[in-house]
Amino acid sequence: METHKLTTKDTRLGEWLIERFLLIAGISSMLIIALIFVFLFKEAIRFFATANPFDLIGKWVYDDYDGHYVFKMMWQSVSEVPKYSLIPLICGSFLVAFPATIISGVLGIGCAIYLSELAPSKVRETLKPTLELLAGIPSVVIGFVMLAFIATFAQDIFHTKFRLNAFVGSLGVALAVLPIMITIAEDAMRAVPKELRDASYALGATKWQTVWGTVVPAAVSGISAAIILGFGRALGETMIVLMATGNAALVTGNIFSSVRTMTANIAAELGSVAQGGEHYYSLFLVGAVLFTFTFGLNLVSEIVLNKMRQKLRM
Amino acid sequence: MSEILSLTLPSLTAQRVRWNEILSDVLVRFFALIPLSALGFIMYMIIRKGAGTITWQFLTQTPTEGMTHGGIFPCIFGTLAITLLMILMALPLGVAAAIYLTEFSGRGLFFRVIRAAVNNLAGVPSIVFGLFGVGFFILFVGRNLDHVLKTGMLFGQPCMLWAAATLAVLVLPVIIVSTEEALNAVPQSQRSASLALGATKWQTIWHVVLPQARGGILTGAILSISRGAGETAPILFTGCAYFLPRLPVVNLFGVIPIVNPFDQFMELSYHIFIMATQSLDAVKTLPIQYGTTLVLISLTFFLNLTAIIFRIHFRKKLGAVSV
Repeated sequence: METHKLTTKDTRLGEWLIERFLLIAGISSMLIIALIFVFLFKEAIRFFATANPFDLIGKWVYDDYDGHYVFKMMWQSVSEVPKYSLIPLICGSFLVAFPATIISGVLGIGCAIYLSELAPSKVRETLKPTLELLAGIPSVVIGFVMLAFIATFAQDIFHTKFRLNAFVGSLGVALAVLPIMITIAEDAMRAVPKELRDASYALGATKWQTVWGTVVPAAVSGISAAIILGFGRALGETMIVLMATGNAALVTGNIFSSVRTMTANIAAELGSVAQGGEHYYSLFLVGAVLFTFTFGLNLVSEIVLNKMRQKLRM
Repeated sequence: MSEILSLTLPSLTAQRVRWNEILSDVLVRFFALIPLSALGFIMYMIIRKGAGTITWQFLTQTPTEGMTHGGIFPCIFGTLAITLLMILMALPLGVAAAIYLTEFSGRGLFFRVIRAAVNNLAGVPSIVFGLFGVGFFILFVGRNLDHVLKTGMLFGQPCMLWAAATLAVLVLPVIIVSTEEALNAVPQSQRSASLALGATKWQTIWHVVLPQARGGILTGAILSISRGAGETAPILFTGCAYFLPRLPVVNLFGVIPIVNPFDQFMELSYHIFIMATQSLDAVKTLPIQYGTTLVLISLTFFLNLTAIIFRIHFRKKLGAVSV
């Protein structure tokens, strides 16, 4: 009796300790995640200690050549008068991410329709792991392939001025975000109840009339979540754009021009910057802007997906 | 009149519909081939160009003659060391957090907040982790540790420890999500049975739940190792070196050689990036670039394949249990 009591007490203490330990692990995981946010913005805000917020758009610079002041939207962090305009970087990021999202969106929805509506289960079971293997290719390898094989090939076809340009980068990024887009869009289509398809067939609709008229409209929120998430991933892709877009910070709408994205800008300059200076904080500011974009897109796609799940459950 | 219409219209639309059907079918099948052929193209090109470079010397020697000759052994060593260090940090924390979330916390506010945080962390650009590694680990934690412990510049500079810690934060969501999935896959009835037999909550988790979830947790761990081995952006500024004349190894008590977490290191993915974009003679180093890429892609391909096979096996086993 005596020993029994002791062991229960021991166990109870042990249980309590283990639960506390696990709770601490949970809390510290959350803290680390919160810290990313805190540190990024803490360092970013310091930029404004020395710089004018208006500098983020552009700067009036005296032009020796013309002899008067001109308004310049440039990212030139290591010149005599440093210029920290975010416009060329945001422009570059979108010039890569938009085409990439369009390419992978069209391909991804097509693949998702095939996987969920047409593919025999055998084909599906081999295609899904293939997608995972594609997703598992390190982005530096895709960047390298773009740099070593595709860039010259694309230049020969389109006769572009620059070998490395936004288009080549967006092809690589499209490949990188394709697997996750297919996965989410396919999940959404498979979540559409079979009864809806049966009803459509019973009314005399053909296979593709059912797909376009019933399945896709029912899964439209999931599909848009996939596209939004893919766009966020495309904005955040670093190594591919660093290697394949040419890294020239230009304000341009030309997809065959060299561009520099926000991600590539951080990657290219953080290594050579003196810690604690204006330039250093400006890179954190770019990071914070990038984080805000991608976080917002993720959040929207998460909310859309949750709404869809709730609707389909009812 | 209406009779004629009803006779002709359906046949007309039917023909157009049939064409649409065929066209859509072909188009979608073609789309489905694209990811497959992209994977095939990448693998084929890299194997074709890189296979000639892979020799025993290439895998076991250090770079020589201004990086244009020699092997990539320091990069392989660095990649293995950093992923090992990363998984040692991330796995215990991630698994413990996931156990708390699935078995203890319920579905309250805490659960939802951490769930949302984990989901969003997966979408944070990898370069932002690099910024975080520099700003938090090196400058904040490292410099303050140096200040308190009076260790000079031991902690407050880029090194393997901080690079591994940055990668650990990056793979934490992967581990938490996959562990949660594995734990949730264990049938609730088995927990109830164990508790009904008088086992405590922790005894149930330790002896009933965890043994069955082991396969799923392992799958997540392998996937994170593969992810960590392939990432470049987070380690660009937290510890990678273009060239190091020595391995990051230190002799413990002067005799036992161990990985030195306070040293910088060379790494496969970083090596590819730096050789492809910044080497002085890009043409001369091209075979090395292909060879290094082949080694890295084989490593991640092998790891991912193992994880996929593991998961299929694990799902089958659990399926049999729950029936």
